[in-house]
Amino acid sequence: MTQTQPQTDVTPKRVSRPFYKRALASAGDFLRQLARRPLSFIGLMLVIGFILMAIFAPIIAPFAFDQISTGPRSSPPSIDNLFGTDRLGRDVFSRVVWGSREIIVIPGIATAIAVFFGAGLGMMTGFYGGWIDEVISRAFDSLLAIPAMVLALVMLATIGPSAVGIVIVIVLLYTPIITRVVRSATLNVRSLGYVEAARLRGESTFYIVTREILPGVLPALVVEAALRFSYAIFLTASLGFLGLGVQPPSPDWGRMVSEARNNYTRTPWEMVYPAAAIAVLVVGVNLMADGLRRIFRYEGQER
Amino acid sequence: MIRFFIRRIILLFVTLFVTSAIVFGLTQLLPGDIALLIKGRDASQVVIDDFRETHGLNAPVLVQYTNWLGGFATGDWGKSYLDSSDVRTTVLRRLGNSLQLAGLTLLLAVPISIVLGVVAAVAQDTWVDGVISIFSLAVVGLPEFVTGLLFLSIFAPGAGWPDWFRDFFLPALTATLVLLGYIARMTRAGVIEELRKPYVRTARLKGLSTREVLFKHVLRNALLPTITVIAISVGWLIGGLVVIENVFNYFGVGLLLVEAVERKNMPIIMAATMIIVFFFAVSNMLADLLYAMLNPRIRLG
Repeated sequence: MTQTQPQTDVTPKRVSRPFYKRALASAGDFLRQLARRPLSFIGLMLVIGFILMAIFAPIIAPFAFDQISTGPRSSPPSIDNLFGTDRLGRDVFSRVVWGSREIIVIPGIATAIAVFFGAGLGMMTGFYGGWIDEVISRAFDSLLAIPAMVLALVMLATIGPSAVGIVIVIVLLYTPIITRVVRSATLNVRSLGYVEAARLRGESTFYIVTREILPGVLPALVVEAALRFSYAIFLTASLGFLGLGVQPPSPDWGRMVSEARNNYTRTPWEMVYPAAAIAVLVVGVNLMADGLRRIFRYEGQER
Repeated sequence: MIRFFIRRIILLFVTLFVTSAIVFGLTQLLPGDIALLIKGRDASQVVIDDFRETHGLNAPVLVQYTNWLGGFATGDWGKSYLDSSDVRTTVLRRLGNSLQLAGLTLLLAVPISIVLGVVAAVAQDTWVDGVISIFSLAVVGLPEFVTGLLFLSIFAPGAGWPDWFRDFFLPALTATLVLLGYIARMTRAGVIEELRKPYVRTARLKGLSTREVLFKHVLRNALLPTITVIAISVGWLIGGLVVIENVFNYFGVGLLLVEAVERKNMPIIMAATMIIVFFFAVSNMLADLLYAMLNPRIRLG
């Protein structure tokens, strides 16, 4: 797989501003950089658009996601039902809008948890080394020996398909990958002069890890988080399609596509709009992740 | 080399062993009584007892596990919970189908993606490169079921397409799109990195044309990472076909696994997972070996 090459010139600047202000300033800087590339900018806008759609779903959607008889059954797109209606007369547009919540929130929460654990474990194993590193790394290697989709299926067979189940699956799948990335980034940073200097100054381990190591591994972590988020959306949609996602009546884009596919020739709008929504969202997140990857010159892991 | 090979073989068996423990452990977490789940709440005690007896569910968990492991190693993969048919026969038949699909996919994906990657690298930062990059990003991003359903609707039934085209070629084409962007991107990166090296400039200064430089010098070095990626893809394909097989209702091992998960058919889940992990691990191993063999600079430690 690709080598982890964190940019080593991101040494934290010795400025006296408080940590959070520096973090904010560099975040703004970084968004500006992202916005400078047209494709990454489009990706960023798409992601922000979908997030706004998820937040304002009650305002945007004219109907509730489970409201039946919003119009004639299985009717084509019209003024009243922008994306048409399904066989129960539910408004496809409203269901797509409401569905954006699950497809963003579930992978979002899961990725955040996985990033949290992965960053912690990765820095710990990379910084301490020794038997802790050996045990955790070997355990995670064996988890990674099972293809993600297969492990997800086996876990859902026992946990049962639900929002919490999918979050657990994604966390278990992605924590090892993020740990591995952060670990190797930590190994690269650990041997640098400023870390050694902090150690010689007699700084505490907590200080060294949070103030010296973390900024160094941040590029790899940010890119990895964005990639994981896009794969998590992908996985959630695919599991929904396989019927193992959030259970009805919740509007799950993947499930909507799979339920509509048998009637595709008669009511194409039932399938096309949720499928297009998935495609646009995933491509948007990918473009954004690709932009991050170029900014940080970090290739990231596949799948 | 021999030592490296032996170590990897041992590692392969360790991986399979750990996988079996993880998957078996997971199946034990299932809440409720599996016999009741399969046979239904109203099943008579005789039926339940008989089910437990047939599938060896009366033994303690650890004994169940060692029995299963011993059975798997000696070719007895157990019986399906649903119809007591032989798991090994079913899984191997489905595996054969998946391997055919994977084979056709590689035949399509490898040449196309290498050509795309090399072209993008040579035309670096021109519009050609841009188009190829956007194309590969887009197809990598699209879920398999979206592209698959798209193909199915374009090549609609009744429009005179032969059965093999819709049932066999289209799933392979869908899987090709998934691999395409990935392999093309690795190839592009490999070629670009190689083009920057001093020997390329030397070759150019010697008066070789771009084509000669490319074919005589650059490609044999630049395609090393690509070969690794392709080997890894083989393993990915066997498990990654899960969704595609579902879209096209293709009777492969991936569809088998989804069916088994829906019905909690544990013996099938165990055997199918082991087979998929086996191929995944073997192809990862081959990837490392190939890379080492083709690149003498890598020391095998």
